[in-house]
Amino acid sequence: MNIVRIIFSYIIFPGFIFTAVVGLFITWIDRKVTARIHWRVGPPWYQPYADFLKLLLKETMIPEGSSKTMFLLGPILGLAAMTILAVMLFSMSFNPHESFVGDLIVIIYLLALPPIGIIIGGSSSKNPLASIGASREMTQYFAYELPFLIALATIILKAGGSIKFGEIILAQETGGPFLYSISGVIAAVVILLSIQAKLGFVPFDIPEAEQEIMAGPYIEYSGVALAIYKITRAMMFFLLPLFLIAVLWGGFANWWAILKFLLIVVLIVLIKNTNPRLRIDQALKFFWIGLGILSIIGLILAFYGL
Amino acid sequence: MANAKLWGLKKSPWVFHVAAASCNNCDIEILDILTPRWDVERFGILLVGSARHADALLVTGVLNRKSLPRVLRVYEQTPKPCLVIGVGSCTCHSHIFEPSYNVVGPYDKYIPVDVYIPGCPPKPEAIIMGVVKALKRL
Repeated sequence: MNIVRIIFSYIIFPGFIFTAVVGLFITWIDRKVTARIHWRVGPPWYQPYADFLKLLLKETMIPEGSSKTMFLLGPILGLAAMTILAVMLFSMSFNPHESFVGDLIVIIYLLALPPIGIIIGGSSSKNPLASIGASREMTQYFAYELPFLIALATIILKAGGSIKFGEIILAQETGGPFLYSISGVIAAVVILLSIQAKLGFVPFDIPEAEQEIMAGPYIEYSGVALAIYKITRAMMFFLLPLFLIAVLWGGFANWWAILKFLLIVVLIVLIKNTNPRLRIDQALKFFWIGLGILSIIGLILAFYGL
Repeated sequence: MANAKLWGLKKSPWVFHVAAASCNNCDIEILDILTPRWDVERFGILLVGSARHADALLVTGVLNRKSLPRVLRVYEQTPKPCLVIGVGSCTCHSHIFEPSYNVVGPYDKYIPVDVYIPGCPPKPEAIIMGVVKALKRL
């Protein structure tokens, strides 16, 4: 019975299928809002599902001379990580008292896997543009991870030194969401911009810059492999704002969370549509110097209880 | 299964732009239909940067000795099923370049073309109509 429940939770409800369906729907929200900003009509609601179905049923090509195993491992790594993250986030948010040992460190590692998958896939495609994309992805990962980790350290400090996810949520239930303080706002801004970079949206879409290096690491992918990359991106688009709500805005086990979630998604789309793309050195400077100093200020403020 | 495949392909044809030595007019018109005024994303049409992601190739220009091997290579790299849409009069009958020593003849001698869109350059409406006809033909 227990095994059936575990399999159900990984494959259907908070796991793969639910996250993928909701994630694709959020991709549609992104495209529709983008279209309205451009003063266009935009695609119909079933568009991401049609794209996904079409990619699943197309031929998958493996470029000659590439490493076949690594080429196909790249997309699967990110998908597996996001499925596990979905199960962890939901089970820990709805039962924060459960003794399940899931902490922020595991989540940090799971969030590191999709970029690693992209780097592996891009480097094994045997395409110069994919290699450039993979190297940019690597640089960008190191850029946004530093302020992201310092912001998470702020949250750990505010939760009384606990790295357990359940205890962070319980601390917010008793003492109010962490967002309603100066250091909380700073952590939220830093995490929001890191989410933007993790999703590869416009100011930080340097690895896949369409106008310079076509699609970067994805250039050689087609069919099912590309579909898995797309769905991993969609699942990240669903899970990362949820993660932000969970650690800063009082958890998502209530109905208000839907409004908060939509607000964050629209904010991400607005940032995406009102900014030009940065160069990779500018992004590194922005994350390490700009956001790095900001997040350290937030950490110091949190230390003094602000 | 076949129905699902057809539906997916009809509802989200991603196009890749193959400029095989055209004079740029057709390319500008193709870029025109991607602007907010024509907004082909309504029909799920997106311009993609890599032939591996494409479902339809928009070819423009006269096929000549230099561009033929490139066009064939791009066609081979595109995952099947894929459509080939010839944009402009040049793709139909080599246009005014017919007597040139460098021209190797019409496209369908080498790759299967699904629909031709005449015009020099064709209007954006004509291109959209051509794509719709190509999709109906599936």
